Amino acid sequence: MAEISLRHVAKSYGRTPVVHAIDLEVAAGEFIVILGPSGCGKSTLLRMIAGLEAITAGEIAIGGRVVNDLEPRERGCAMVFQNYALYPHMTVADNIGYALKVAGVAKAERLARIEKVADALGLRDLLGRRPAQLSGGQRQRVAMGRAMIREPAVFLFDEPLSNLDAELRVRMRVEIRKLHDRLGATSIFVTHDQVEAMTLADRIVVLHGGRVEQIGTPYAIYHQPASHFVAGFIGSPAMNRLDGRVGPAATVVFADGTTIAVPDLDLPEGQAVTLGIRPEDLRVGSEAPEDGIRHRLAIDFVEHLGPAALVHGRFAGHDFVASVPRHIAFTVVEGLTFTMPVETMHLFDSTTGRRIGIDAARE
Amino acid sequence: MEKRATFGSWWIGIAFAVPQVILIFTFFYWPAGEAIYWSLTLQQPWGGGNIWVGLDNFRQILDDPIYWASVLRSVVFAVASTGLAMGGALILAVFVDRECTGSRLYRVVLIWPYGIAAPALGLAFRFLMAPEAGFLAFLNQIAPGLWDPGLNGTDAMIEIIVAFSWKYVGYDFIFFLSALQAIPRAQIEAAALDGAGWLRRLRDIQLPLLTPTVFFLLVIDLTESFQDSFGIVDIMTAGGPARATELMVYKIYFDGFRGFDYSGAAAQSIILMVLIMLLTVLQFRFIERRVHYK
Repeated sequence: MAEISLRHVAKSYGRTPVVHAIDLEVAAGEFIVILGPSGCGKSTLLRMIAGLEAITAGEIAIGGRVVNDLEPRERGCAMVFQNYALYPHMTVADNIGYALKVAGVAKAERLARIEKVADALGLRDLLGRRPAQLSGGQRQRVAMGRAMIREPAVFLFDEPLSNLDAELRVRMRVEIRKLHDRLGATSIFVTHDQVEAMTLADRIVVLHGGRVEQIGTPYAIYHQPASHFVAGFIGSPAMNRLDGRVGPAATVVFADGTTIAVPDLDLPEGQAVTLGIRPEDLRVGSEAPEDGIRHRLAIDFVEHLGPAALVHGRFAGHDFVASVPRHIAFTVVEGLTFTMPVETMHLFDSTTGRRIGIDAARE
Repeated sequence: MEKRATFGSWWIGIAFAVPQVILIFTFFYWPAGEAIYWSLTLQQPWGGGNIWVGLDNFRQILDDPIYWASVLRSVVFAVASTGLAMGGALILAVFVDRECTGSRLYRVVLIWPYGIAAPALGLAFRFLMAPEAGFLAFLNQIAPGLWDPGLNGTDAMIEIIVAFSWKYVGYDFIFFLSALQAIPRAQIEAAALDGAGWLRRLRDIQLPLLTPTVFFLLVIDLTESFQDSFGIVDIMTAGGPARATELMVYKIYFDGFRGFDYSGAAAQSIILMVLIMLLTVLQFRFIERRVHYK
């Protein structure tokens, strides 16, 4: 077990900065997911922690020891790579046991430990095979075994599930979390998949353009996105975001004249703001309260997902999506009636993209 | 499924093959057939008829200790120059792969030696290796007579081995470098995280993954050292001193065109041809099987 701290860690290739001064404190035994779109610098950040990539500025400490100038092998991290990176000319057993062999562990002990790991991962019958003779899921498990056998203080995962099919991905996701809970090592997991992030993480670090957008529990990230970007990136379908201006008497006014009341709004009139609301937070059709402010969505098309239908249309001059539970009836011709519960609204400063605390009073 | 083009009628395919077949026939099968015929006859040096002698030419060659000495020399030359060329190329390729200083330049420069014609190369090396004024002349300053390829057979052999390897270092280097770069970075990084230092990674991960390339270059270099060495030997030592560098391919030329023993030379080329064919077949059948990871 080891805590990890990143202090102003930055990376640039030549003059192009890819990671801007990141600060992050990871507690020992914590499961951190670094989440972001491709090219946001999340893999680079992980590789810097592993020691595969030099850092341009800042300081990385693992277990209280600054590791900036240490070789990967001296840092005590084990890593699972995206394409597994198994050694193709070695058997499964040799792959798993390679770290021990390098460390000079005696053969008998090595074999015993390989078998123990193989048992834990259900690889017992495959120990004599070569990676080319394994399926994707089996290779993934071998890669896990190779990381596990060293009993490392820190586990690093670089999108380890992205090459698996959907069903296997869900299963391995559960296994990885169980493994983490059993071993108690500190884990850092990089992914672009928000579902993986939400289900695995103790805390999520949302990265965008090499900067930290938000660090928080999955619950906080979903319910109180710190920025316009996080609001759009977390949640499927994405949060509806309507650009408008602060109007008179605690309202937000949109270009097409639509006015939405936002109680407790205390901002100078005319300031550009973005009003956000999740498709699943709307009250729709027969469930829209009679005494609320009811809006009508002109429907363009409908996606039926089973448990709910996603209704696409235009509202307040923007594309707008509502999630309609299957027991609520609606017709395309009549459109969809909905209300926007004030407590589920999010407000962002359009210029900076940061969250504005309209809900501060409510929390 | 195998993808192949098919032709509507049989003669179109034949027509496409004809130019190549004509080339191969004119420049390989015809001369080779002629050589076989000559090797079974006794040719007059200035033309004008021949006598059928069956396998007598071969018997005479195989009974000749001078011939066997040249075979032994060829084998020594082949093994030494291949080892030197491949070893040197591998070291250079590993350095370039690790992006050591100057690797961009080496990448371009190192292929040039292969493009140099053997006689030009031989001439350059003759100057470089000249005992009185060359690169190694300082040896004679220290201990006079220590380096003299003109008199010492071993020195002469070293000289042609170095010259030949120098040419093939560039060629082997290109193959080694591309093979090294084809190894996924992640595998090497995984080994680094597994605790292996760079030398250990080289030994455990990179070299085993290079074996198909090593095998390929082994066949090419050995084969070429039997054939392509002629120009270098001719310019640098002319087979001397006292036949010390008379390789099989040089002996063929010397016996045939200097000694005017066309029939003996033809028989020797047949033996060399069969030897190279055997070598290739043997290597492909027995070594290739163990070097693919599928």
